[in-house]
Amino acid sequence: MTAEVISELLREHINRLIASGKRADGRGFDDPRPLTVQKNYIKNAEGSARVQLGNTDVLVGVKIDVGEPYPDTPNQGVLSTSVELVPLASPNFEAGPPSPTAIEIARVVDRGIRESKTVNTQKLCITPKEKVWIMFIDIHALDYDGNLFDAASYGALAALSCAKVPASKIGKEDYPLPLEHWPISVTAAKIGGRIVVDPNLDEERIADARITVTTDENGDIRAMQKGLKGSFSLDEVRAAIRTSQKVGKGLRGIIQRA
Amino acid sequence: MEDIEHIPKELKLIDEKGIRLDGRRFNELRPIKIEAGVLKKADGSAYMEWGNNKVLAAVYGPREAHPRHLQNPAKALVQCRYNMAPFSVTDRKRPGPDRRSVEISKVISEAFASVVFVEQFPRTSVDIYIEVLQADAGTRCAGLTAASVALADAGIPMRDLVASCASGKIGGVVALDLNKDEDNFGEADCPMAIVPRSGEIVLLQMDGHLTADEFDQAMDLSINAAKQIYELQRDALRRRYASVAEAAEQEAMREPAPSEAPREMPPDLPPEVDDL
Repeated sequence: MTAEVISELLREHINRLIASGKRADGRGFDDPRPLTVQKNYIKNAEGSARVQLGNTDVLVGVKIDVGEPYPDTPNQGVLSTSVELVPLASPNFEAGPPSPTAIEIARVVDRGIRESKTVNTQKLCITPKEKVWIMFIDIHALDYDGNLFDAASYGALAALSCAKVPASKIGKEDYPLPLEHWPISVTAAKIGGRIVVDPNLDEERIADARITVTTDENGDIRAMQKGLKGSFSLDEVRAAIRTSQKVGKGLRGIIQRA
Repeated sequence: MEDIEHIPKELKLIDEKGIRLDGRRFNELRPIKIEAGVLKKADGSAYMEWGNNKVLAAVYGPREAHPRHLQNPAKALVQCRYNMAPFSVTDRKRPGPDRRSVEISKVISEAFASVVFVEQFPRTSVDIYIEVLQADAGTRCAGLTAASVALADAGIPMRDLVASCASGKIGGVVALDLNKDEDNFGEADCPMAIVPRSGEIVLLQMDGHLTADEFDQAMDLSINAAKQIYELQRDALRRRYASVAEAAEQEAMREPAPSEAPREMPPDLPPEVDDL
């Protein structure tokens, strides 16, 4: 990504608003943007979802194929997550190999899904040590207006939740992907010492630090990632965890019902 | 993939007496050794042993940032490259960056960007190279801790050192500084880095399963440990410069007292500064 430029006027405007407890788009500090989820968007994918988080638009496809297990987990399916920040989605995205940003998003989304054991990978074994189902989660950014971490993670969960294992390929019956948990990531940005949930692009550009906390349906923490050049105090991290637990509940419901 | 088949699945990571596989208690660090100024060509360097981890860090710069379009007219860039040697892990790692090392490089770069006085060196880059020679879990913390000493050794102006440590959960117990077996078979790992004087958290990652309370316990352990590590970092720098200071002192004793005649003044700026 090339260096992003934001006008000093806009920076001051957002900072001033936030200092007075407001946000440019009228949201409260703990309010995410509206989330819409359309499942089964792509019929050639085993699972898919198009997710809009405000004006951030992400399409996620899950392809499931037969492959070899890892030697240390011979009877478990495999999960692989990648993110493509295609130039169509933003003037600042460039074609080419994945940028560190794309890699970071993919790894944080992957961590949330993997560590919460969202998919029961034991039920994805065909022949131990030889054949298992491999899930490829491919996240395609379509329109980038901030907070791809969460949009990508909601899209991935939604796509997994409607995915079918194509067992008919090996002479059995297709079955739904065994989904057992619903991890929800909530990302917050620190701007001028205040912390706002689900930063839009303008907010993200002026943010000092970013924190993503992924919690499960019990409110337990499954993954975390601090980003950007600023820092958080321990109390701020604790607050971010509480916010993630609270905000995550509502968002989980939207994804489950979609 | 790591060779982990030699460990039985029902392995007890921590026994009834609270003793871990390597004999430590839940709140004990592995043995740590830091040495500053170990490389000749680098502007600053450090070597670190942390349990069975062996890590080298070197710092070059501030120097002209390349490629040029990355240059920031107002600030220095802080660019870290974390790299694992192919022989550093049980199963050979393919040389070159993979997704894991790209992510680690990014979060370490960001952790240092807030402590280096980047405004003092516009258009330049402070390059940090971390080479993991032998890995046994916790390499990013070891790398970051060593890099911090290397930055100080290079004379890069900073608000403070950065000290790093991880805590996690093994056999249901929150524990400090997991080793490789504990990391592979434990329930969670949470590396973090702080600026010890202010307590700011500049790096934080977590994977696994922790309740909010367990996270608090883990952070308590890590923050305490980071403060111990901070002392070891300062110690390494003191040892490094004690010998330099001693040499300078001896030099001064051997030389006759400086004459009264004013020496030729060096030019205000080194000539290459104009080219930036």
